[in-house]
Amino acid sequence: MRRGKPWAWIIFGLGVVYFMIPLIATFIFSLRMRRDGLSFDAYLSVFGDARFQSTLTYSVVVGILAIIVGVAIVIPAAYVVRLRLPWLRQTLEFITLLPLIIPPIVLVFGYLRMYNTSSLIPLTSSAFGTDILLTCAYVVLALPYMYRSVDTGLRSIDAHVLSEAATSLGAGPVRIIYEIIVPNIFVAVISGAFLTFAIVIGEFTMASLLSRPAFGPYLQLTGTNKAYEPSALAVISFIITWGAMGMIQLLTRFAPRTAARTD
Amino acid sequence: MSNRTTSGAALAAAPTLPSPEPAATPRRFTVPRVALGEVLGVAPFVIFALMFLILPTIYLIVAAFTDSSGGFTLQNIRDLGTDRVVNAFDASLRLSIVTAVLGAFFGLLICIAIIRGGLPRGLRGITMTFSGVASNFAGVPLAFAFLATFGRLGIVTLIFKLVGIDLYRSGFNILSFWGVVATYLYFQIPLMVLIIAPAVDGLRKEWNEAAATLGATPWQFWRHVGLPVLWPNLLGTLSLLFANAFGAIATAYSLVGSGLNIVPILLFSQMGGDVLHNPGLGAALALAMVVVTGIANVIYLIVRARAERWLK
Repeated sequence: MRRGKPWAWIIFGLGVVYFMIPLIATFIFSLRMRRDGLSFDAYLSVFGDARFQSTLTYSVVVGILAIIVGVAIVIPAAYVVRLRLPWLRQTLEFITLLPLIIPPIVLVFGYLRMYNTSSLIPLTSSAFGTDILLTCAYVVLALPYMYRSVDTGLRSIDAHVLSEAATSLGAGPVRIIYEIIVPNIFVAVISGAFLTFAIVIGEFTMASLLSRPAFGPYLQLTGTNKAYEPSALAVISFIITWGAMGMIQLLTRFAPRTAARTD
Repeated sequence: MSNRTTSGAALAAAPTLPSPEPAATPRRFTVPRVALGEVLGVAPFVIFALMFLILPTIYLIVAAFTDSSGGFTLQNIRDLGTDRVVNAFDASLRLSIVTAVLGAFFGLLICIAIIRGGLPRGLRGITMTFSGVASNFAGVPLAFAFLATFGRLGIVTLIFKLVGIDLYRSGFNILSFWGVVATYLYFQIPLMVLIIAPAVDGLRKEWNEAAATLGATPWQFWRHVGLPVLWPNLLGTLSLLFANAFGAIATAYSLVGSGLNIVPILLFSQMGGDVLHNPGLGAALALAMVVVTGIANVIYLIVRARAERWLK
């Protein structure tokens, strides 16, 4: 049994204090809505709010669409580049890192300029068009994580050998991707998907500047005109984030162990 | 289940084929039609990246050098020199540097404690999972949590009041610079833990033992072996944490509001139409932000390339 060194326990303990106090305090705060004692009134108030349901639904739908679009463009690109066009790999990796360099607020500023009502593609002139724009914006936010998940997945299954085996058995490229590659990197893809979900679900800047009825702007608005509901929403958001990350842990644990290859 | 059979096939096939190095023989199974397939595979990604990542950014760069009648101008860049903008950049840089340095320091300490401090193995897994959650728990809900905890009516503030200490009268304020720093650290420290853990793992036990055999104290080990080996990695993660804080807006905005004069909030207010009715200046602000985070990330990429030598 490892007992640990005292200094390590002290650092760990201080970390626990710093990270746990806001969570516990926020939870207690969220229970104090009723004057005569602790209650879940703030939560009832939140769940009963029609805008809570509609904005959360909106963000979930946009998040799922973003995941689908992201998967659909990242998998073929990562696969083709890894197997056939290795000279493109550095460029692709650089592009997928760009969303970490260019802040979301800058991107959305560019969108508002490029897709305004008088432009070639006037996406912002209709609600539906703006929905599409927001979905694409979230795909961009997810790109670094999605690409890295998929690329790690491809590396761990030895996509070369699988593809060669499939080709020699007469499978075409599309069939190889959907029937062999995707099932094998499924856990990696789903991990990327949950990470995307966690990032996108409460996103504020882009949704707010594109004036979409998403969960992030709703949270912010509630913060400016309610007292106890915000803390309840913080607890709910934390649980959603925890759920998404917990799913990744769970999936990785039950992932089929394939021919891992480290290169 | 099909997963297992296909990977079984891969295992069975692997020994008979020479291990294919990606660059060595990429075109062994090329059929003429595949060239089209290559294009079709990459095209959606490239078109998407152009439309929603690269062109909007180029558009902004051009807009930063364009005046209202469409001609070339440097006026927008010159306008960045006004007090308000300079102050915003000053505050943003201080906030980003302070939270990056403190986040890196505490994150590294926690990492060393859970990886090399001999703590029970389970704690490491819990810490890493929690770091994954907390590093993504940024934005509006995080601001709510800190307000509910350290705000004027926050639980911790009330508890201190019960024992006779008035935090706010003694100068503490969650809406101050250091309050925002404390809030940012809630996602900066976990991000550091996630990024630096592989590097701390890479510090081999033998180095420790070799140093100890030669009579080095733990302090000397870290001073002359541990930190120098981690150094490139530390610099790299610092720039990543810096960019992470520099571009962030939601946390600060819902904590303090538009009164906090940092660059992303300034740009946000400008786009919302509150403050500077000058789109050219907005574009120049955006360009300046990209330049700052770009420099930080170039440092990261250079340094990462150097770091990989040691951590094989």
